[in-house]
Amino acid sequence: MDLENQKRVKEFAEKYGAENLVVVLGAAEGEASGLAAETVTNGDPTFAGPLTGVQLGLTVYHVCEPEIKNEVDAAVYDEQVGMMEMVLDVDDIIAEMTPIREDFCKYL
Amino acid sequence: MSLLQGKKVIIIGDRDGIPGQAIEECVKTAGAEVIFSSTECFV
Amino acid sequence: MNSVIKGASYILAFTPEMVMQNGTTQTTEKIVNPESEYLKQLESHLRTYEQVVSYPPNQAYIGNIHPNELAQIEQPWHDKAIEGASRFGKYGEIMPEDEFICLMQICDVFDLVKLDKSFVAATKEKLEQHPLMTADIIARLKEGEDAELISKLVSEEHSEALYYNKELVGCVKRAHDVDVNLSAHVIHENLTSKATNVLSLLNLVAKNNINKEDIDYVIDCSEEACGDMNQRGGGNFAKACAEIAGFVNATGSDVRGFCAAPTHALITAASLVKAGTFKNVVVSAGGCTAKLGMNGKDHVKKGLPILEDVLGGFAVLVSANDGINPEIRLDLVGRHSVGTGSSPQAVISALVTESLDRANMKITDIDKYSAEMQNPDITKPAGAGDVPMANYKMIGALGVKRGDIEKKDLASFTVDHGMVGWAPTQGHIPSGVPYVGIARQDILDGKIKNAMIIGKGSLFLGRMTNLFDGVSFVIEANQGKTKEEGTVSEEQIKGLIAQALKNFASNLLAE
Repeated sequence: MDLENQKRVKEFAEKYGAENLVVVLGAAEGEASGLAAETVTNGDPTFAGPLTGVQLGLTVYHVCEPEIKNEVDAAVYDEQVGMMEMVLDVDDIIAEMTPIREDFCKYL
Repeated sequence: MSLLQGKKVIIIGDRDGIPGQAIEECVKTAGAEVIFSSTECFV
Repeated sequence: MNSVIKGASYILAFTPEMVMQNGTTQTTEKIVNPESEYLKQLESHLRTYEQVVSYPPNQAYIGNIHPNELAQIEQPWHDKAIEGASRFGKYGEIMPEDEFICLMQICDVFDLVKLDKSFVAATKEKLEQHPLMTADIIARLKEGEDAELISKLVSEEHSEALYYNKELVGCVKRAHDVDVNLSAHVIHENLTSKATNVLSLLNLVAKNNINKEDIDYVIDCSEEACGDMNQRGGGNFAKACAEIAGFVNATGSDVRGFCAAPTHALITAASLVKAGTFKNVVVSAGGCTAKLGMNGKDHVKKGLPILEDVLGGFAVLVSANDGINPEIRLDLVGRHSVGTGSSPQAVISALVTESLDRANMKITDIDKYSAEMQNPDITKPAGAGDVPMANYKMIGALGVKRGDIEKKDLASFTVDHGMVGWAPTQGHIPSGVPYVGIARQDILDGKIKNAMIIGKGSLFLGRMTNLFDGVSFVIEANQGKTKEEGTVSEEQIKGLIAQALKNFASNLLAE
């Protein structure tokens, strides 16, 4: 994840409390989603950014996961994300995101 | 329990996946407050 | 009368040392994590020049194999080689780093590039064998300096080091002691962009039998900015490049717009030519050192070579209609406007279907789409997926929604109307334009009748707007009309005047 974004995530967790935050991702495929999810839960796996070794344990989902989709207005979701559901490998994204949430999210 | 209602949301979108602004439009309808929205670019 | 695509060139410069010295992934890592495993392992993942020349996507970029042939080679491609591959291709070439460093000095008119004497002597001989490096170009190369002076400039004067085969062979000096816009880093970045652009221009005229003197205007559409502290993006790389390339009758200007810039520039060029302002307009761009090794961490982690080890460049000549070359349809320009929105479907509708609707065309009426032709060998291991394929799936999905194609035909649509990506991840370089030269040839050969070129850009990276951007246009086989319909010949005018006088006379007689 971009270093500046890591810095902002860390600042928000300090300011609002990690339990009040939800991170929503839009990554193009499973592995990248997993890496971003890991960054905001267990720390930056690439050891490059401000979240290296910082275990925020934030609640994190990809926007294509059913947990998010079910809460969003269906018409808006279809307009904003609908077509990309056909393009992205949603099953792969879910498969990468689920174990990371189970292992590292502290507020589920 | 609602996941997004009343929560502060951080969005990390992707230029080649779903861009930040599109995610923003979505989560707002679920009663979330967007505190940060960005779009990453790997190309 | 529509303007035409008269020729194109595509070049690469292999710069492994610049991956280490100037790629932002590496320079950032050196600051935040100087002892990292990545930096230690990086060097052993760099490829040789021979590997880079025979790498199938690079051979496709310079025109030695067609994208259709590349598609026949099973992915990944990093462990495949084109046998008997040449550094020179139908559209351009792949220049090695030593020659490229000398070309940087050739492009430097402010005595900022200092090169080691013995390095210059050895490389000059190679450059003299280069078919496009004419005597006037080589004459710009200086004899060189002592090695001590170069070390001193690097260690004491903040100069940007130039390495070849791990040895310090030169440096780029800062152009001002205080102004960060003229720092050695910025001058280095701008000179690499200029040198790759110049190499593209030289290849354009040579490979397409064009007279340098005939070029009226050059538009640079790279992603760099040049200027000093009082005008940071003052610009005109275009004219600076035209000068070195010897386009004595040309002026020019720069068009910017992130990765969408080449398509914006081509639409501008086509408009200038169609309006009759200029007859021959070149759109060109050099490459970007910052993006070298951009996804290197993922490549090293997966045991792959550093695949982002080349700078890219291209040039396209847009000319007045000759009745032969493919025409640019300015009535089929698509654009992402401020009000379009940022959802992927809104973006792709604005770029693809809105213009087709104006002409009552279906998505399948366009034979080939060229959107973002990034090489998937580079992007897939880095988590960005197969970018061209994602674009074709989006266009196809829109086609399904509109009823232009059936859902079951989505997969075959991506093959029939799409291509595999072959361009390096150099920002603007892979965006739409890599196919322009090939499309011209495919249309001339009757293999396809038309193609849509699409440029997309991430404007939000500049922090000035959150908006996305994109433009598109269609090129098609020449309709063979070299005269504007509705215009009248001298004979016809004489006839009309005679008729008017006759009428006038008869009116007078009648009174």
